[in-house]
Amino acid sequence: MSALLNPSHGFNRRQFLKMVGGGIAVLVVGGPAELFAQDRRRMYPEDLNAYLRIGADGRVTVFSGKIEMGQGVLTSQAQMAAEELGVALESIDMVLGDTDLCPWDMGTFGSLTTRMFGPSLRAAAAEGRAVLLNLAAAKLGAAKTDLIVEDGVVSVQGSPDRKVTYAELAQGKKIARLIDEKAVLRSVAQFKVMGKSPRRLDGREKVTGAAHYAGDVRPQGLLYARILRPPAHGATLGTVDTAAAERRSGVKVVKLDDLVAVLHADPEAAGAALADVTAEWKTEPLALDPENIFDHLEKTATKAEEKDHRGDVEAARTAASRVFESTYRKGYVAHSPMEPHTAVAEPKDGRVTVWASTQTPFPLRDQIAQALKVDTQKVRVITPYLGGGFGGKSAGRQAIEAARLAAATGQPVQVAWTRAEEFFYDTFDPAAVVKVASAVDASGKIALWDYAVYAAGDRGAALFYDVPNARVRAFGDTSYREEAGPQSRPSLHPFATGPWRAPGARMNVFAVESQIDLMAAAAGVDPLEFRLRNTSDERMRKVLREAATAFGWPGPKAGSGRGRGIACGIDAGTYVALIVEIAVDAATGAIKVERVVAAQDMGIIVNPDGARMQMEGCVTMGLGYVLSEEVPFKGGEVLVRGFDVYHLPRFSALPKIETVLVKNDDVAPQGAGEPAIVPLGAAVANALSDATGKRLYRLPLTPERVKAALVS
Amino acid sequence: MKSSIQFRLNGRPASLDTDDSRKLLWVLRTDLGLTGAKYGCGAGACGACTVLIDGKPVRSCVTPLSAARDREVTTIEGLARDGTLHPVQEAFLEHGGFQCGYCTPGMILTAAAFLHENPAPTREAIAARLEHNLCRCGAHTRILDAVETASKTTTAQAKGGKS
Ligand code: FES
Ligand code: FES
Repeated sequence: MSALLNPSHGFNRRQFLKMVGGGIAVLVVGGPAELFAQDRRRMYPEDLNAYLRIGADGRVTVFSGKIEMGQGVLTSQAQMAAEELGVALESIDMVLGDTDLCPWDMGTFGSLTTRMFGPSLRAAAAEGRAVLLNLAAAKLGAAKTDLIVEDGVVSVQGSPDRKVTYAELAQGKKIARLIDEKAVLRSVAQFKVMGKSPRRLDGREKVTGAAHYAGDVRPQGLLYARILRPPAHGATLGTVDTAAAERRSGVKVVKLDDLVAVLHADPEAAGAALADVTAEWKTEPLALDPENIFDHLEKTATKAEEKDHRGDVEAARTAASRVFESTYRKGYVAHSPMEPHTAVAEPKDGRVTVWASTQTPFPLRDQIAQALKVDTQKVRVITPYLGGGFGGKSAGRQAIEAARLAAATGQPVQVAWTRAEEFFYDTFDPAAVVKVASAVDASGKIALWDYAVYAAGDRGAALFYDVPNARVRAFGDTSYREEAGPQSRPSLHPFATGPWRAPGARMNVFAVESQIDLMAAAAGVDPLEFRLRNTSDERMRKVLREAATAFGWPGPKAGSGRGRGIACGIDAGTYVALIVEIAVDAATGAIKVERVVAAQDMGIIVNPDGARMQMEGCVTMGLGYVLSEEVPFKGGEVLVRGFDVYHLPRFSALPKIETVLVKNDDVAPQGAGEPAIVPLGAAVANALSDATGKRLYRLPLTPERVKAALVS
Repeated sequence: MKSSIQFRLNGRPASLDTDDSRKLLWVLRTDLGLTGAKYGCGAGACGACTVLIDGKPVRSCVTPLSAARDREVTTIEGLARDGTLHPVQEAFLEHGGFQCGYCTPGMILTAAAFLHENPAPTREAIAARLEHNLCRCGAHTRILDAVETASKTTTAQAKGGKS
């Protein structure tokens, strides 16, 4: 058994029990095999997967590598564990993202927590319940099948006074169970805690200021570091003069080959000292800007991968009476979490503990160990609450900086990026291009689909329309470049890029669903009807219909300057359809999205209100990439340092949002945190076309671009 | 320049010997150990650092400590009194007016101060007041729901003659 506990993860069962104390611990090996087969890239390692412990006080501690960044998984994971164990939600304590205590995890992204980690967690809890039932059967002298569990109390069916609590059963025990089989999970009909919408477990801390984020961790003797930054990506450091900074009282200067920092017990004093550091940088000119980047991407992203090929695309093109050829574009978009990247590193007793705002505590631990040239067991990453992530905190540069500075000074060090640093080192959602040629036949059926995406990858590009002749190609190395920094510059992009809430899918679905809409218009078919006519995918048809019903599609004719748009997509195993209504100000070109109906089929729903919150968040956040957000840059220079230049959606942009949860209990729980953001670009672009007869092929749909289209 | 400065902090007297041109945000977060006010931009542009001085919201990242001299400073940690949540906090819990929670202290304090002066605002007025508080998670709808609900409680309390 213990051979299964891979020592490279710095842990064995004995240590684990010591750390968590007595009681009953459940360890899970592997996970549901069919999930692994689904997507091998997202595979979990075949060692420890989930832990939970039932303590002698009856409290249950769940250990999970999945972190809480606002998406509500603290609560939904607790719900899953409580459901399968048969305890009240209130008796669960969650430990998230602590590399010493939690099972290895690749990171919190891709809407994987519920659909991939969830089954393992539920299996662990179900196993815990089985262990407790065995103990109870012995204690009560009853058959296991005669026992019922309610809120952590086991009793004999029909004689409620023959009972024993989980706490009593766990008393004085030290049982570790390793499971490697697929546990029998409770069904939707049996749910008591899942499928409900309890208040979020992090709520009270978050409304009282008690919630701790990485920057709120303040070990004794903490130094705040400010780091010398290059003026542009690709710049190399020439000479640096820190003498003036060093003369300031209380300032420590650290100069490592590629890291120059000033540290002080007062963060403002550190900032002032940094201003005293002078440096010469060598920058190489790079003639890229937000306008010419698209040609550059097409020219540079030459490596093609064919994702789909069916029928005879060339013949269909020749046969078509009209081929619609379009090019869609989208600029770079920033993550801009309200909490910039932050980390605190404390060296102590030969180890370093790093509290980091990270979506990937385990990979980060390994990166820190590598940077410090120490064994991974010497590094512990603890993940407090994150003030937003959206994919951007998969990159943990700030934590490595903090760990290196802590190692250099022997003192605890905080690295908290300023907003300007956050914009500079963000791993932007990449600019991308899609080219598509398509045709529709006389019966309003899509006859041709020839699709090529550059630099965004193929997430969201898979066809769910029934097209006989189709080809889907993805150009460019879509693995992200997170390492861009002073010493290196990736070839495709002028700076680092990385996953951003539903990466790639927003670009692809913008292109796909815009193209579908323009074909529907050319064919003179209602856009809803056109979609239904062209897809036999029942889940998609259902979300489309439910969205249309909730919206009242198509409704009375829209007034002047007003339009409606529809778009749909599949992401993270979830089907989603959006219908929007917009008003366009002809004088300014400004689009106001007034109403959004979002219908989503995400399989079994763990927490309905949590799902709605995520859908609302997707729509609201999505207004940014659709209407206003694009990173300005000149070569490797990022021309944005604050919110005055880069416009996040605000209250004044808020539409009325109606969410429809499409029931589908036949499918295991799927992702909820990303899908609804995916079709928003096309839905709004389609509504713009409906309102004005003009179609825009580039996101964001800024007032300037809309106005230019209106006068053309 | 170091000087001695007194003020009231969350209902208790506070006294510091420090440079009073330092920004209130950092004094709160470091010297006073109150980390509820958050850094989001350092430029007065996001509202994450909001605290109240004499009941009025200020952006503590651009406010010198001297502005607190002899005044009453309320941070998110001091809004609930004797374990009883403020109606705005209660309503944020009820409606889920937060996701990551990072903008939440600023939202709650701004809203609480606003309701104190405008007990029965329209939804539009609430949205307008919170326009310059940024939330990246997109919790806006729930935040407005929460403040609307809280306004009903505070109005009822005002009518009942309670403070
Ligand atoms: S941190 Fe003060 S307004 Fe943003
Ligand atoms: S809840 Fe995350 S920024 Fe508002």
